[in-house]
Amino acid sequence: MSVRCTRATALRVLTQLRRDPRTILLIIGVPCLLEVLLKEIFAGTPALFEHVGAPLLGLFPFISMFVVTSVTMLRERTSGTLERLMSMPAGKLDIVGGYAIAFASVAVVQATVVSILAFGVLDLRVAGPRWGVVLLAVANATLGMALGLFVSAFATTEFQAVEFMPAFVFPQLLLCGLFVARSDMADALPLSYAYDALARDAAGGPYGGRFAGDVAVTVGAIVVALTLGAVTLRRRTR
Amino acid sequence: MEPESAAVIVDRLRVVRGGTTAIDDLSLSVAAGSVTGLLGPSGSGKSTLLRAIVGVQRIEAGTVKVLGAEAGSAILRRRVAYVTQAPSVYMDLSVAENLRYFARLLGVPARRTDQAIEAVALGGFSNRIVGSLSGGERTRVSLASALLGDPELLVLDEPTVGLDPLLRRDLWDLFHSLAAAGVTLFVSSHVMDEADRCDELLLLRDGALLASGSPDELRASTGARSLDDVFLRLIEASA
Repeated sequence: MSVRCTRATALRVLTQLRRDPRTILLIIGVPCLLEVLLKEIFAGTPALFEHVGAPLLGLFPFISMFVVTSVTMLRERTSGTLERLMSMPAGKLDIVGGYAIAFASVAVVQATVVSILAFGVLDLRVAGPRWGVVLLAVANATLGMALGLFVSAFATTEFQAVEFMPAFVFPQLLLCGLFVARSDMADALPLSYAYDALARDAAGGPYGGRFAGDVAVTVGAIVVALTLGAVTLRRRTR
Repeated sequence: MEPESAAVIVDRLRVVRGGTTAIDDLSLSVAAGSVTGLLGPSGSGKSTLLRAIVGVQRIEAGTVKVLGAEAGSAILRRRVAYVTQAPSVYMDLSVAENLRYFARLLGVPARRTDQAIEAVALGGFSNRIVGSLSGGERTRVSLASALLGDPELLVLDEPTVGLDPLLRRDLWDLFHSLAAAGVTLFVSSHVMDEADRCDELLLLRDGALLASGSPDELRASTGARSLDDVFLRLIEASA
């Protein structure tokens, strides 16, 4: 892995994003809009807004980063640029690493803006530290990004990449603990851990071994998904 | 041809793509420091052969040696450059941004990007977004990217499609000046007036080598006057 190539790739991806203000607006704006809607629909039951408002600070970015990253990576695969990169002195990890750094920094901005809105304007109250909620929201978004990078390997068109969203994301949403308490379900999917860590921090603990395990599994899943993403980049194709 | 003077040696290559044999039992070599043309109708396996030489094509059997190493080995990624038929550059970046990225990957100084842009006559286009350029201009951005690392072997897949005659002439002049400096160029084309500008020609048909030699040799051996006729006669003779 080379720092020079990874850095160059991250800068290039960020420059491409900058060229597409509408995408930036969607990445940042949609989670904000959803959080506002959430506040409105639970206007009569503030306790419910307290309960789901904080975990959704992570879930909305998780979904949007998944879609944006899988489509962007697929574009690289289908436009011939990946083939050029694979015939150049750029490592697979440099390319995936560059993407990860670029989109993770977008995730930081996204989660921070949504959190400022939720805490500052919508008056969301959490029992744990707010910075912890922001940090875990970034972790959720980064997990979505890493899974999106990996999943793009299984799509051959942008249409398929978008279709993977319900296939990969919805089961995780159903099982993560948002609708039914997680203790009633098997913990098979990575989002369950990312969600649980966030919900636990928002509820003010407890921060025991379970919390540490959640964070460890989340970080581990990000690393594994990125590594698998790098493995799926092929130097030689049929 | 002596093996030492060959930049590319393909030996008994067999490639299967999408269930059909694209290249079967193909052997050929490309002389170092030459401009070698790869000619043949579309579907004859030209692009597949170029991909095998660059090392991005999975091969079924045979060997491809490039500059003394196995095609696609890591040490070749700096010494071989490849321009695909469709321009493989970022449409949403400017010309300069594309080149700067590739220069960073290659680890060459940023000033090399201006030289590469000049070499393909895109001087005034540095800050234009590639997606807003014409097809021929995009191809030249792709070519400029390939020139950045001063490659020893330049593999070009139909680089002059969609260019006006003046630009085509300029690019062929560029190819010959590169060859004079010792670079090997392997260029696929289906335009016969370009074939005449090559030192050596390889004619591919249905994944097999139909004929090879300099344009004059091919004319002499077939008794035809134009290269078009040369290839017609060769194809008819093989049928």
